[in-house]
Amino acid sequence: MILAYSAGGVLVWIVWVVAGLACLASGVAVVSFSNPFFSALALIGNLGSLAVLYLLLSAEFVAAAQVLVYAGAVMVMFLFVIAYVGPRTETPWSGGPGWQTIGAVLAAAAIFLEIIVVIGLKAGNRLAHSDHVNGTFGSPGWIGRLFLTDHLLAFEITSIVLLIAAVGGVILGSHTQRAGEEAST
Amino acid sequence: MLGPSTAWYLGVAAFLFGTGALGVLVRRNPLIVLLSLEIMLNGANLALIAFSRHAGNGAGQIFALAVMAVAASEVCVGLGLVVALHRRRLELDVDRLSELRG
Repeated sequence: MILAYSAGGVLVWIVWVVAGLACLASGVAVVSFSNPFFSALALIGNLGSLAVLYLLLSAEFVAAAQVLVYAGAVMVMFLFVIAYVGPRTETPWSGGPGWQTIGAVLAAAAIFLEIIVVIGLKAGNRLAHSDHVNGTFGSPGWIGRLFLTDHLLAFEITSIVLLIAAVGGVILGSHTQRAGEEAST
Repeated sequence: MLGPSTAWYLGVAAFLFGTGALGVLVRRNPLIVLLSLEIMLNGANLALIAFSRHAGNGAGQIFALAVMAVAASEVCVGLGLVVALHRRRLELDVDRLSELRG
């Protein structure tokens, strides 16, 4: 029993290290690629490895929604727009590091170090042992029941936000078309 | 919980958030700025789900799903703006699109 537990723990650690490293590497790749097409493909890898991390955290429904909504729908739209706009390569950090680049690196490093220091100093002991959860934690039925009982308002507001975004997308698209027609006539 | 503790997940989330912030501040192509914004949102999502598992409470996962919906809306409007800029033959460079700057 103890042997099986430790073997499972080692397996979880291996999966975690592989998924976490893939997540970090693809995140850096998204920021550093000069071609937006490659950045979008790296972001798909980032989303997939994050879905593995969600599965390790026993959030099955969120992992499935991550793959379906992000890697399926959102990234396809991204790739479509990148193909529509055409290849525009931009060399990041060109012309030497300006004040903007230095400030950005300092700000990003400050955010990262602050979180790490706060976790390490204050919360390390409390975060070591997490609560036990049963098998239904994170399952679709459990999420659905939460959405329709405790978090009904959030569910409805989410639908309104999506509707407003769709209306905004249509208005943005049709307005520029009309302006183009006026310019051409 | 088998495997690493919640603090390791939070470290990964912090790194993702920092990387995304770097991309938003440094890159000039609005498409890559939007992609970096997605990385920031995903870092926040990972922290939410890690805390949800840590506390055995489902509110974090509900919040993560709401963040996903907001990210989809943001991509819809953002890509609409990029397509509108492209149709008006404007240069896709967030440093040059400064007409509305106060």
